[in-house]
Amino acid sequence: MHRDRGLDLEGKLPANEYDLSRDLQLETLFKAMAGKDKFLLDLAKKVLLTSLLDVDSILFRQGVLKDCLKNPDVVAELFKLSADAIAKEKQDWAWNDAYKSADQTFQRSVRLLKMLFSKLKELRAIVDQHAGRFESDGFKGLFEMVQGEISDSYLASIEGHLKELELGEGTLISAELGEGNKGTGYALCRQPEDRKEGRRLFGRKTGQFTFTLNTNDQTGPEMMAELRDRGINGLANTLAQSSDHLLGFFVSLRNELAFYVACMNLRDQLAARGEPVCFPTPAERGRRSRAFKGLYDPCLALRRDERVVGNDLEAEGKDLVVVTGANRGGKSTFLRSVGISQLLMQAGAFAPGESLHADICTGVFTHFTREEDSSMKSGKLDEELGRMSKIVDSLSPDCMVLFNESFASTNEREGSEISRQIVAALLERRVEVFFVTHQYEFAHLLYEKGTPNAAFLRAQRLENGERTFRVLPGEPLPTSYGDDLYHRIFLAQGPGAKG
Amino acid sequence: MSNTTRPFRSILFEKAEDGSEPPSTGVQDFVVDLHLDQIVDSILVGRQEYRLGTLFMATLNSSEAIEYRHQAMRELESQSLRDAIEAFAQGMRSMRRARQLAENVHNRYNRQGWFLNGVEAYCEAVSRLGADLAALDLESRGFLSFRGFLLSYLESPGFAALRAETEKMRADLAASRYCLLMKTNNQFTVRKYEGEEDYSVEVEKAFEKFREGAAKDYRIRFTGYPEVNHVEEAALEFVAKLYPEVFQSLDEYCARNKEFLDQTVADFDREVQFYIAYHEFVAQFTGTGLRFCYPVVSDSKQVESHNGFDLALANKLVREKSPLVTNDFFLKDNERVFVVNGPNQGGKSTFARAFGQLHHLACLGLPVPGTSAKLFLFDRIFTHFEREENFDDLRSRLEDDLMRVHSILDACTPRSVVIINELFSSSTLRDAVFLGRKVLERVIQLDALCVYVTFIDELSTMDKAVSVMSTVLPDNPELRTFKITRKPADGLAFAMAIADKHQLSYERIKERIRQ
Repeated sequence: MHRDRGLDLEGKLPANEYDLSRDLQLETLFKAMAGKDKFLLDLAKKVLLTSLLDVDSILFRQGVLKDCLKNPDVVAELFKLSADAIAKEKQDWAWNDAYKSADQTFQRSVRLLKMLFSKLKELRAIVDQHAGRFESDGFKGLFEMVQGEISDSYLASIEGHLKELELGEGTLISAELGEGNKGTGYALCRQPEDRKEGRRLFGRKTGQFTFTLNTNDQTGPEMMAELRDRGINGLANTLAQSSDHLLGFFVSLRNELAFYVACMNLRDQLAARGEPVCFPTPAERGRRSRAFKGLYDPCLALRRDERVVGNDLEAEGKDLVVVTGANRGGKSTFLRSVGISQLLMQAGAFAPGESLHADICTGVFTHFTREEDSSMKSGKLDEELGRMSKIVDSLSPDCMVLFNESFASTNEREGSEISRQIVAALLERRVEVFFVTHQYEFAHLLYEKGTPNAAFLRAQRLENGERTFRVLPGEPLPTSYGDDLYHRIFLAQGPGAKG
Repeated sequence: MSNTTRPFRSILFEKAEDGSEPPSTGVQDFVVDLHLDQIVDSILVGRQEYRLGTLFMATLNSSEAIEYRHQAMRELESQSLRDAIEAFAQGMRSMRRARQLAENVHNRYNRQGWFLNGVEAYCEAVSRLGADLAALDLESRGFLSFRGFLLSYLESPGFAALRAETEKMRADLAASRYCLLMKTNNQFTVRKYEGEEDYSVEVEKAFEKFREGAAKDYRIRFTGYPEVNHVEEAALEFVAKLYPEVFQSLDEYCARNKEFLDQTVADFDREVQFYIAYHEFVAQFTGTGLRFCYPVVSDSKQVESHNGFDLALANKLVREKSPLVTNDFFLKDNERVFVVNGPNQGGKSTFARAFGQLHHLACLGLPVPGTSAKLFLFDRIFTHFEREENFDDLRSRLEDDLMRVHSILDACTPRSVVIINELFSSSTLRDAVFLGRKVLERVIQLDALCVYVTFIDELSTMDKAVSVMSTVLPDNPELRTFKITRKPADGLAFAMAIADKHQLSYERIKERIRQ
């Protein structure tokens, strides 16, 4: 997932995770990526919402993802292998924190190490067979590591240890006299080669003493077990830690692959609906540059069976994009497609569309009007501004804010003034703004000013009032064709809009 | 140097005539009345094992003896000296624990093992203290003379031999390593250790390449009983058979060194805690604005104190993080008696207690509350505070009061301090005035120092008496300042304050009645 480090799953989701997921309807996306796999879902979410901020990191992941799309079977096999190892560890006692004795720790660790060792051998075999088919730096690095570190001689030495750890020759413990002449410094020792079977030093008659528990001894067996436990405690600890480390290797393998697996799932679902995906070309942060063809909202696509409408845009050097036009004309969908494709690009994934070129932004923020709150008119603006204020807390230059019908819960004049002041301040702080609005006054004012760094788009409405759901360049118009809708829904007497 | 080479006797009592620890007697009245019991309890928290309580009751009888302690106390303001003492104290504590076990566990080798641990802890603690003290610039007579004693003790042939023997014994036992082979769960075989390697080192190496981040600790924590169980005992007995010479010499070592502990060292270990305990107690007031000072303690009755306070109250308030008012007092010329007047809850008793505490602590040779103080080297403190006891009627209470005061006045000398709080409050005003006057006359005649807390104005005009009052702020009389100042009793603030207490001041009534 990264050229120079492992994937960090401990990091927190961004503070605006809830708003982003809700406004961009990301749950649909996550579901397509993960199905019912909770782990995959959480991971996909985390990766998608933790954007990469430089071109090289993005291209690195794109390379890996391209390899995955070419070799889906191998990737699936690797993923299953690591997931298997993890699942098997979990099955072996659910109470892994509650070891009662060093002996239990010891037994379980050896069992786990054997299981993980067999997985390690499988991994090596898969890599040996398929390594040649991968081209990305990411996979090449992984495979070289596997072949180098998990060499034949290494595998053989581990196998030897696992056999010896069965302690077939008995438990040999060294100790010394500590406080109060009690035994201390217990350590489990290897039986020296020359003492095993054959020479049997312990078989001699002198220089050694043997203690046997009386058969009536009630407490003795427990004490005997504790004495042995003290002896194997250190080794049991080392073994448990080793099995953790080895398990950790499979965990990171799974984590590293998971996002790509999720992307493959998403691609399959989109392909099934005939929707294209493309690998975007990212531009460095700070250069306003955005161009796309056929960019669509994948969540909308996933909810429908027929293909959805994509949009094109050429916006070089634009800090502000204002979208106006007909209600239910595809403005929100357009806005979502921009937001989602930005997140996907900065996660190193493909984008929904025929082509996408965009600059990297520091963070994506959404400020969408919340329909369901409208019952409480007075509180709504307060709520909206509260959300806005939280967004401002997190903003930095080169962030992207997507506004959707914001600040419309008051009258148009006031709402426009609020929008104007906010947008002006954001632009001055080099924040990229997409603003969907039907506040004519606000949009018109911006248009009249003729700012060169602003682009104006309008949801298309044909002469007959029909909507194409396309968003095209166009100046703001003083009506949102609400009466179209009104007529269609309430009067059902066909088109006949005024002005 | 020659003047510091007085043979070391005790870190608390330089000379035999400075007094020594008194036998533990019943708790005296003044201890309870002045809340000294509370103070000492707080000072000694966590130090019960040293049984220092009686030392905090044994006041000194000469300025020189007090100066001896002041020097030691000042010396202990050095962190490095306190660290040295703390390390020593811990070592001695380990020694005592091990010695205890050496007497109590049942297996002989187990006992002998603990005995060796005890001597080791002792040698280590004493040697380290010697080295630490040698590296410090000491100035106090007490510590200089103790260091002299300690260094010559460390160089004595007896101690050198003890240490050498102990080290040899430990080395021999450490070399007596052994192996246990367990093939079944009811049997083990013991033999000498022959260089077998710890397998976990190897295993760790084998899986090291997968290591990432911190590892969880899976080691089982075994309960560390000091005593061997019968399985361990069997192993220990075998080890003794494998190394017979070593265990033979251990046996002899223990017999030879039974009396390893030097009594002077043991006494020092205990007595120095007197200072350390008080130092730590005082340290908790750092940052509260409350200060401590080394008082001048002499036969002069012209006592004075600046910014003094009731230490028991301060100790309570510092835990609650509440502020505390400090007070000044002085007696000049032939003044001998403070007559304390003023509103209830105005700090009168607190003032009286502080006066007594300051004197008691001063004569223990300790720093006292305040920024500076000149205090009287008294022979005894007598107190009479109202008690909670129930009496059938006023008469028996008055009788009890009189009995107690009579016995105080009998034992009182010109060098005594007498503190009387609200005497005869249960009698009629006429009786109280009469009796109070009689008592004060007697005290004044004896020329003893006295604090007399009373609600009777008349007493404040007597000869040798100074009237002091607990005061209230003029613009907000309900807020008591707890400041005690010299001024004639006026009777007015008293009435106002009581009105205030019931929220009946002009301002407050207006506030309370408004709407």
